[in-house]
Amino acid sequence: MILLHVIGFGLKVGHLLLILCGWFLSLISLNLLINGGIMTNKISLPHEEGHLWMKMREQISELGCKIHHNYSQYIGSRKVRKNWWRKLLVAWIGLGIISSFSVLWYMSSQSVEKRKETLASMCDERARMLQDQFNVSMNHLQAMSVVVSIFYHGKNPSAIDQRTFARYTDRTAFERPLTSGVAYAVRVLNSEREQFEAQQGWTIKRMDNVEQTPVHEDEYNPADLEPSPVEDEYAPVVFAQDTVSHVISVDMLSGKEDGENVLRARESGKGVLTAPFPLLKTNRLGVILTFAVYKKDLSPDATPTERIQETAGYLGGIFDIESLVEKLLQQLASKQTILVNVYDTSNFSQPISMYGSNTSSDGLRHVSALNFGDPFRKHEMHCRFKQKPPWPWVAITTSVGILIITLLVAQIFHATMNRITKVEDDYHEMMELKKRAEAADIAKSQFLATVSHEIRTPMNGVLGMLHMLMDTYLDETQQDYVRTARESGKALVSLINQVLDQAKIESGKLELEEVSFDLRAILDDVLSLFSGKLQDKRVELAGYVSSKVPSTLVGDPQRFRQIVTNLVGNSIKFTDKGHIFVTVHLGEEVAGLMEVERDPNSTLSGLPVADRTRSMAGFKTFNQEGSPYTSLSSPDNQVNIIVSVEDTGQGIPFEAQARVFNPFMQVGPSISRTHGGTGIGLSISKCLVHLMKGEIGLSSLPQIGSTFTFTAIFTNGGQEVNNQNNFISSEFEGMRALLVDPNPVRAKVSKYHIQRLGIQVEVVSNLNQDFSSLNMLFIEEEVWDKNLGRMDFGISPKVFILSNSVSSTRSIFSAPGVVTPFIVMKPLRASMLAASLQRAMGVGNKEKYRNGELRMLSLNNLLRGRRILVVDDNPVNLKVAAGALKKYGAEVVHAERGKEAISLLTPPHCFDACFMDIQMPEMDGFEATKRIRDTELSINNRIQLGELSVEDYENVSNWHVRIMAMTADVIQATYEECLKCGMDGYVSKPFEAEQLYREVSRFFHTVNDVNP
Amino acid sequence: MEVNQMQRSFLEYATVLFREGFLDGQFSQLQMLQDESNPDFVVEVVSLFFEDSQKLLNDLTTTLDQQNVDFKKIDAHIHQLKGSSSSIGAQRVKNACIAFRNFCDQQNLEGCMRCLQHVKQEYLLVKSKLEALLRLEQQIVAAGGAIPVLSEFS
Repeated sequence: MILLHVIGFGLKVGHLLLILCGWFLSLISLNLLINGGIMTNKISLPHEEGHLWMKMREQISELGCKIHHNYSQYIGSRKVRKNWWRKLLVAWIGLGIISSFSVLWYMSSQSVEKRKETLASMCDERARMLQDQFNVSMNHLQAMSVVVSIFYHGKNPSAIDQRTFARYTDRTAFERPLTSGVAYAVRVLNSEREQFEAQQGWTIKRMDNVEQTPVHEDEYNPADLEPSPVEDEYAPVVFAQDTVSHVISVDMLSGKEDGENVLRARESGKGVLTAPFPLLKTNRLGVILTFAVYKKDLSPDATPTERIQETAGYLGGIFDIESLVEKLLQQLASKQTILVNVYDTSNFSQPISMYGSNTSSDGLRHVSALNFGDPFRKHEMHCRFKQKPPWPWVAITTSVGILIITLLVAQIFHATMNRITKVEDDYHEMMELKKRAEAADIAKSQFLATVSHEIRTPMNGVLGMLHMLMDTYLDETQQDYVRTARESGKALVSLINQVLDQAKIESGKLELEEVSFDLRAILDDVLSLFSGKLQDKRVELAGYVSSKVPSTLVGDPQRFRQIVTNLVGNSIKFTDKGHIFVTVHLGEEVAGLMEVERDPNSTLSGLPVADRTRSMAGFKTFNQEGSPYTSLSSPDNQVNIIVSVEDTGQGIPFEAQARVFNPFMQVGPSISRTHGGTGIGLSISKCLVHLMKGEIGLSSLPQIGSTFTFTAIFTNGGQEVNNQNNFISSEFEGMRALLVDPNPVRAKVSKYHIQRLGIQVEVVSNLNQDFSSLNMLFIEEEVWDKNLGRMDFGISPKVFILSNSVSSTRSIFSAPGVVTPFIVMKPLRASMLAASLQRAMGVGNKEKYRNGELRMLSLNNLLRGRRILVVDDNPVNLKVAAGALKKYGAEVVHAERGKEAISLLTPPHCFDACFMDIQMPEMDGFEATKRIRDTELSINNRIQLGELSVEDYENVSNWHVRIMAMTADVIQATYEECLKCGMDGYVSKPFEAEQLYREVSRFFHTVNDVNP
Repeated sequence: MEVNQMQRSFLEYATVLFREGFLDGQFSQLQMLQDESNPDFVVEVVSLFFEDSQKLLNDLTTTLDQQNVDFKKIDAHIHQLKGSSSSIGAQRVKNACIAFRNFCDQQNLEGCMRCLQHVKQEYLLVKSKLEALLRLEQQIVAAGGAIPVLSEFS
């Protein structure tokens, strides 16, 4: 039972502690939350402990989070907080110690109380029993007194003699359990003494000196006692129980205690007790109960004098308290556990011990009053435990438990706070490291910017010169060479940008543009970029865009081009024979196309390729249940493009396929030795594809080839943006052509390109046809080679051979006696094809191809008559910029200071645009632009509010002068900075005609239309 | 015939200048900006450059000679000089300026002094070369010939 109780109590205390903990923690978190400005409900205290733990853990973790979250607000008060929780910890431990001690005190006092109660009940029980038995004895004595009065005094001669008395009393001893003996003394007056002595045959003896000479039982002889001196009255014992027969003839009145007793008894008529005194003969401590026997029945209210008069004798019962109490206690249970003392306390200051050892004990004791029926005498029973109280183990263990729990909780709390502090410190450290890393990153981008700038400058020269070269008179082939050279140069610049891109992607700063572009033109550009590389390889490069792909898409053309370039470039590196085939489809189409391409021989070059479908196996888009394609295309004009680049190269080993998209990862060290490259192309591609919300995958079979496929989501741009091929296609509109190609896939590609020019194409697999009604005939090179020498088409159609490489072209030229066909170099692309056709057909106007001049002209158109403010602190730069702008017909005003520019550009003014240097002393371009924008804004507002009349401001209610930054800095950040402070664009210094055109046309174009 | 001769020597000279890195593409761009409406554009720009650079170099020299060198000021001057030289295509001056700026960033006085000498030297070189080139150009113009298009650096 006790054990259970202990466990129960322990659980209770534990629960209490847990609740306390929960409360503490919630208090902490509440505090934090309030500080953090967030209110949340205080944790409710659940009843189940497990539940509570869960909650607490949540709370703690939440606390951690909150601390983390609100960290920035706390950096300042960190020290304070640290102290704060230390104080809390100390308070908690103090509270634990206090509560453990109070529990100890409470429980031990409880047990003491309980002991006290036990003692009291035991003591009272004993006292009651003793009293009861005493009363029983007393009653009997009283009864005996009646017997004596009736049979001794009532009869003459007496019916009782010593023998009868002794026998009677002996046999009724069981009725008086506490008496050791009974004696009867008669009242003898001095006048009657002699007669009495004669009658009894002995003299009355006195007793008082007996006490001074203690005697032993065997030596005791009543005859030795001295005869009583003469007194007024005597009370000699006449009858006695056998146990006390030695008192016969002893005068009771002569004994000090007995005398008083007798006198009191006969006065009161009640049983009267002596104080305890050593008994005669046994010398043991005892008390004598005396009853007076009267000659006749007295009324209860008889006066003491009457009583004395009527007194006939005295019946005394001897109570041997010591042995009797012992006997009594023997009968009771658990007699071993307590000590009993009985005292006579009639004389309060000097209690007389009646029973029990006198060992004083300051321990627990209980006092019970005893009432033996004598109002004159008072008795008390003192009880106390024999043993010292046992150690209160339960209380000790409980309090120790509480202490331990408290310390454990404190330890947990401490550990938690330490952990938090550590996390905070780590956080600090990491912030520091982050700052340093960012600084390093900035340094890196600075370095990259510097390097790229240094590379750009000569590269700009190259590109500029090529550009100029294009302005000169060149034939179509030369045009194409120059174009290719230019594109390659641009690719080099883009490579630099690629390195920048990787840095940007890594820092997550790359953002995609949203402009309209022609995907086919981009693909053509990419193909022409690589055509040079393929001249000496027998690899066919082809591109195909499905007719369902819209002609104009909105997205980031540069990034799209970058991905395709990366993939194609990668393929070219690893392909020595066969083909590289870039296809662009809509996501919706792909499902249908998959089956077509199952035919193993239907590839561009006839060589087997890796299965494209497998490269898409991982795409979520195509693994969705239901009808994914329709769901993709429907919302707001989104176009899901799938591009795959298929090659018949050496493939990628299976084990390396998983990591080709990791940055700087190449299949093996030997690969980079053979093929070069940084290995970041694919990783950049992957990032870019992800930015376009697409996916990229590959399928590769070693020695067969690889197929990379990616998806990208663009918006349908409609048809409004002019297609650069438009002017070409119009020239060949409606012409008819025949394409001879036995390979259906290749034929499809060729057909696609020819059709782009507006020519109707029919495909046949051999030359056994009638060509008379045709405008042109396209023959695949391999077909031409086979049929060499037996060709006669007459004059009607122009014959074109679709050829792969320069070397084979030469062989065709060298073949004698054959109609000289025109050679169209692969990869086919609209511009190249158009150029070849124009050369062959003699249509078209060369002037049209002088793109540079066109651009010059359009720049002239755009800028003629414009008033432009050029701001640069460097007079030389100013002069050059002004010169360049003047050349295009603009009116140029100079300013050398930012402040000057602000005053010139305060409305009303008549400038159409401003070119502003960024780095200027006193006030830089950003600052000047901001101020100009502020002024404009306030004036616009005031015009709108009517505070200023529009007439004063040349009827322009919304002033916004175009401001372009001029900078030599090429990094994106600068561009963003430009936009942020309200600039409209930027041109790099020194001016490049094309870039200038691009930027200027962005906002002058529309103005031009409205106001030509 | 004389004009042809002059034109050829002009081209040769220019080619040498390009090859030796005194000038870069920017100079030819500059030349392209010159046309009938603005026949003295290059001369104007170049003389402006000389003027400006001379002033800047003087400023630099005095600033560097002072007890407490104001590197900020030097940096600004150098930036200016770099801008002008890159605008005009004076490549070697520009490169010298870049090196100068690096020393300036490190507050390396000795390096700055050395660079200043280098810049000055380069400036004087390019000045004499350009003057010669422009003289040739003027002679060609005076003789009624067209200034040949600079067919780039090799």
